[in-house]
Amino acid sequence: MSEMISVEDVWKSFDRGRIEVLKGVNLSIARGEVLALCGTSGCGKSTLLHVIGGLEPPDRGVVRIDGGAPSGEAERLELLRRGVGFVFQLHHLVAGLTLEENCLVPAVATGLSRSAARARVRELAEATGIAGRLDRRVRELSGGERQRGSLVRALLNDPPILLADEPTGALDETNRERVFELLLDLARSQGKTLIIATHDLDLARRCDRVVRMRDGKVVEDGV
Amino acid sequence: MSDLFFSNVPVSLADDLEKQASVKDAQPVLFAIVAAPERPVITCFGIRASDGRLQKATWVKGSITAFRDDGDAIVLGERAAEFLKAEPGQKLELGQQSYPVAGIVRTENGFEDGGVFMPLRCAQKAFHKEGVASIVSVAMNPGHETGEVKEWMKANHPKFSALENEEFSKSYSQFKILKTTAWVVGGCAFLLGGLSVTNTMILSVFSRIRELAIVRVSGFSKGQVARMIFGESLVVSFIGMIAGLVLSAAGLRLLKLVPQLQGYIDPSLGLTEILGALLLAVVTALLGALYPAWYAVRLKPADALRYE
Ligand SMILES: Nc1ncnc2c1ncn2[C@@H]1O[C@H](COP(=O)(O)OP(=O)(O)OP(=O)(O)O)[C@@H](O)[C@H]1O
Ligand SMILES: [Mg+2]
Repeated sequence: MSEMISVEDVWKSFDRGRIEVLKGVNLSIARGEVLALCGTSGCGKSTLLHVIGGLEPPDRGVVRIDGGAPSGEAERLELLRRGVGFVFQLHHLVAGLTLEENCLVPAVATGLSRSAARARVRELAEATGIAGRLDRRVRELSGGERQRGSLVRALLNDPPILLADEPTGALDETNRERVFELLLDLARSQGKTLIIATHDLDLARRCDRVVRMRDGKVVEDGV
Repeated sequence: MSDLFFSNVPVSLADDLEKQASVKDAQPVLFAIVAAPERPVITCFGIRASDGRLQKATWVKGSITAFRDDGDAIVLGERAAEFLKAEPGQKLELGQQSYPVAGIVRTENGFEDGGVFMPLRCAQKAFHKEGVASIVSVAMNPGHETGEVKEWMKANHPKFSALENEEFSKSYSQFKILKTTAWVVGGCAFLLGGLSVTNTMILSVFSRIRELAIVRVSGFSKGQVARMIFGESLVVSFIGMIAGLVLSAAGLRLLKLVPQLQGYIDPSLGLTEILGALLLAVVTALLGALYPAWYAVRLKPADALRYE
């Protein structure tokens, strides 16, 4: 299988070097792989996802996406637009908009035509079971529906990579199970490379591969 | 003459002017502001009985014979009489003094119609301006140019300026003050408007830091985010402008109903005002969005989304 993401000796610190978070992370992820990123709170999972997705530049080392190492504003932007989709613990939907409008946000960024974008939203909304809720405002939606909405948004521009940072962390038990299942199904059926940062070992075990981090390094890598 | 109400011209100048061949008539006028009961500001014209203002006016009540240079009887403009509720035969208290009302006149000039005419000498005494007037108004003999008087004034009284009617109303500093006031008030309104647009936009940006962050995570460039904020600011200030225009149109309608202001102002909203408001709205919007946009563009989405 070809390599989709390659993290090579990545270092990242905050506060002008005072807070060292990533201390030489190495990780190779194949195309279509579903990987769980585990580790205690503060070990650097979110930071690693941000660096991979181009939200933060690494201090040292490189991240290769499908062979290329995005550098510079334009390439970073392109990575965010078409390379990766982010899902967070909180849905971060824009409160004043309808679910559909929220899902269309990435299409505005890329300039996708409205009709094509709406068709895409409908297709993804059907796959995630929220097609009937598209015209609702965010406050009228349940927690599970909101998180599915943020999943549709992440997938709108059809990125090959999905980065999910504790995507079920804010959900109740039933929804957690359902959304997690949905995420795995979608990733597998659409051939996405998926990284899920999670504390939940039961959920992690259902991924293809579990990587454990401690103190800014990968300490365990089990397929 | 920097200010009509502080200008001092000796009455003797009127007599000198009248001796000029070109001058038909020279009338000293003393302007003053007096207070009447319940009316703190009334314009008072100290004039002679021979002044055309009274000679040509329509006498609603009383007659010119009662207005005498050596008397203390006053004449009211029609509107002044109305709001002072004064009738001939009554006494009217103006400032420290009370004066018998000799008559009521209707004049063409709204300014004069809301004022009080007082014998010049009497006015000079009341306002401690013995021997002086505020202006001397000159009527020309037929066949003579105003330039002749201007020349004569320049040669003999360089301290004073001779103005034609139009020039006079332009330099009429009371109107200037009104205009300046309007501009100052307008400027303050502009500043306030700008501040409130900024404020609205800052609140809007600060309360939606995560939303802005997610928009960035979804691939919006800094330029796209900035445009979004400027656009929103334009909408906010455009709505403000519409509201402002509606309110001021209503306000002007009310102003038209105030009798004291008739003749002073022309309360109208023309295309110029509307275009001006539009321009101001756009400028306000752009200035008001400057800081919020700068803030939103600098925002690091990873930081904004990390914590709850
Ligand atoms: N912008 C920042 N400035 C300062 N410190 C930061 C910043 N971002 C992250 N950190 C610190 O880096 C460390 C790792 O954070 P990170 O969010 O990557 O951990 P995590 O493994 O995702 O933890 P959790 O499981 O709680 O989400 C933490 O100690 C955090 O406080
Ligand atoms: Mg985290």
